[in-house]
Amino acid sequence: MLLDLQGIQKHFGGITALESGDLQVEAGEIHALIGENGAGKSTLMKIVAGMLRRDGGVLRWRGEVVDFRRPAEAHQAGISMVHQESLLAPHLNVAENIFLGREATKGPLLDQGHMEDEARRLISEHGFPLDAAARVQELSPAQKQLVEICRALNSASSLLIFDEPTSSLSDAEADAVFRIAQNLRERGMGIIYITHRLAELRPIADRVTILRDGRTVHTGPTAEVSTDQIVHHMVGREVSSIYERDNHAPGAERLRVDLPNIQFALHAGEIIGVAGLMGAGRTELCQTIFGITPAAAGSISVDGRPVSINSPRDAVRNGIGLITEDRQRTGLTLSMPISANVTLANLDGVTRNGFISRTAERSVAERFRKRLHLRAASVDQPVGRLSGGNQQKVVIAKWLFRDAKILLFDEPTRGIDVAAKAEVFALMDELARAGAAILMVSSELPELLQLADRILVMRDGAMVTELPCSTTQQQIMQHAAVAS
Amino acid sequence: MKFNSATWQRLLPFLSLAALFVFLSIATPNFLTATNLAAVVRQTATINIMALGMTLVIVSGGIDLSVGAILAFSGTVGAMAMAQGLPIPVGIAVGLVCGLFWGFLNGICTTSLKIPPFIVTLGTLGIVRGVTLIISGGLPVVGLPRQFESLADGSFVGIPSVLLVLAVCAVVTHVVLHSTKLGRYTYAIGSNTEAAVYAGIPVARYTIAVYAISGMLTGLAGMIEASRLMTGQPTAGQGYELQVIAAVVIGGGSLTGGEGSVIGTLIGAFIMGLLSNGSDLLGVNPYVQQALIGAIIILAVAVDEARKRRFRQ
Repeated sequence: MLLDLQGIQKHFGGITALESGDLQVEAGEIHALIGENGAGKSTLMKIVAGMLRRDGGVLRWRGEVVDFRRPAEAHQAGISMVHQESLLAPHLNVAENIFLGREATKGPLLDQGHMEDEARRLISEHGFPLDAAARVQELSPAQKQLVEICRALNSASSLLIFDEPTSSLSDAEADAVFRIAQNLRERGMGIIYITHRLAELRPIADRVTILRDGRTVHTGPTAEVSTDQIVHHMVGREVSSIYERDNHAPGAERLRVDLPNIQFALHAGEIIGVAGLMGAGRTELCQTIFGITPAAAGSISVDGRPVSINSPRDAVRNGIGLITEDRQRTGLTLSMPISANVTLANLDGVTRNGFISRTAERSVAERFRKRLHLRAASVDQPVGRLSGGNQQKVVIAKWLFRDAKILLFDEPTRGIDVAAKAEVFALMDELARAGAAILMVSSELPELLQLADRILVMRDGAMVTELPCSTTQQQIMQHAAVAS
Repeated sequence: MKFNSATWQRLLPFLSLAALFVFLSIATPNFLTATNLAAVVRQTATINIMALGMTLVIVSGGIDLSVGAILAFSGTVGAMAMAQGLPIPVGIAVGLVCGLFWGFLNGICTTSLKIPPFIVTLGTLGIVRGVTLIISGGLPVVGLPRQFESLADGSFVGIPSVLLVLAVCAVVTHVVLHSTKLGRYTYAIGSNTEAAVYAGIPVARYTIAVYAISGMLTGLAGMIEASRLMTGQPTAGQGYELQVIAAVVIGGGSLTGGEGSVIGTLIGAFIMGLLSNGSDLLGVNPYVQQALIGAIIILAVAVDEARKRRFRQ
């Protein structure tokens, strides 16, 4: 037994993050660790990696009770972690990042050449598309993730923890990460893999441990548990994992996009899905419509009138709202309360005689809290303290209060749990029924197939085809990945 | 309100101010006298008024290093206007417009040239000071009308007039910051500029407004300073920017933006004012005073950071 966790506890102030975390990992195994947001997965792994100290329970490493006080101590024991968020130094190059904190030296000086050689060796050994001398800030999110992995591999000898590395990766890139995990397993390493992507993990994981509300509620071989059972363990109640949407006739044209490489019309009551690999230009499409990167050529029309959208401000004025793929960075002001976030795009709506009315603002936020089933103690709570799903609802509320008729959802379910996903889908459906025109970008093909009336497939910055909602994942992938 | 330790820590600046006040009242016979308190108010009014503007700037995530120079420019040009025979209200208005102009320029440079405000205002600090010295020939502007004295030294029903000016400015700034679009956007821009852009807020326009308001308040402070000295001093206000920033920061303002309040800033400015006045009364070496104030800044921010860390967890 490589790692044995028994009844691990962790409290932050009055909040219990972990009540009783149990986990056993053998050498040569891929162990999936799953659970809803806030279930305590990351906290448990940070304790293993020496980033947090436990308040109770027993941590055994190779049979001995240990206590890692610093990440360096866990490294020395042979444990390393690939982090959820990028912890790289953007101005340093790939090799320098891989060796950060463990620099090779020649006397008092850095041994730059040795580090670059070693980095190159590591990169080519795994066949990563990386240049050891490239600056990290010039890399794509997926490549950054690979640098993180190299960094972990460079120090880990026995146990490697992946904390949701697939959340910013396309399917093809996620597959590559899975292959790496499998290779490492062949070499006898233990792998802990935290993920939301149940379906994809299933084929490669040997065992699965499920956390709920800070407790381990299930552990066992992956083959012996069904997806429905996993979902049941995660949320502790029955949920329909699939949201069914019936088709209905679209209304009047709301948005017409006529750009050199992409043309389509979006109607009231319609949900158009946009599929494509990472880097296919899906997010860029949203950003162009929303005025962040205005179109150099072509035209955009709203309600049949050509409009010029050169800034988000123009877009908002034309009734367009963007639910961004990175809500914490671009969608929300985390330190401000729910009420202020909801009203931010439409302060005029709560302004009386030139002054913002707190009463009006609270009652608006309260209304959306009820309507969107927002789980929060009060609308005065800072948004930063909400779960991912509830944060997403605040972003949606912001655009609903602004009365946006055209909603662009960029990866609406990224980083939110299964139950909240179903709620977001139900909400999108409800909005479409009420006449909203929705453009939905998603890397999760099953989600697109469930929700969209038709699906645009993009590749290399251009739209390659439009498919009906009766299409299949295979068909979409063919168009998205293969040149026709 | 629950009085847990977080609340106590939040009240700490206020409690420190109160404690300092009580201590000085007991320790020195001359502190708690109308004359001395009026002197404290007059000494700190300039810094206080500038700090109100700086609060807006810091909440928006910016910084303004040029306020000391703007104070001198406004005071000098306003004084020149009056020395030329223009009426006092016009002279004061000239000072305000001068401040507004430089603040506006700071705002334009940060937003359209996309230069960090630290650099922009470091540059304008030099430019404004240089221009002031050029137009005045480096000499103080004298020959101001007698009644101009009453702006800084006058009283209204026994209350120093600068205290009234400060009170009006503070109330207005507080209301602007908490109950208007401008104030809300200032917090939003300082907390997360990108999210503000994505919400359709004209970020550049509001950022410029914030610097312009700060400049105008500094212009007012410049006129008060000129009234106090009864000259337009082209070398006035050197190093004021650091005292002003310190007042905002002691009062809970965060240099990363999104945090700060008028009440906090006033407490911060008065703490510094009392420290300086108290040290004088207690006969503390002025060199020691400087070191003391420096240490207080670090201490205040350390306590505030500790509070925020607890809050985040």
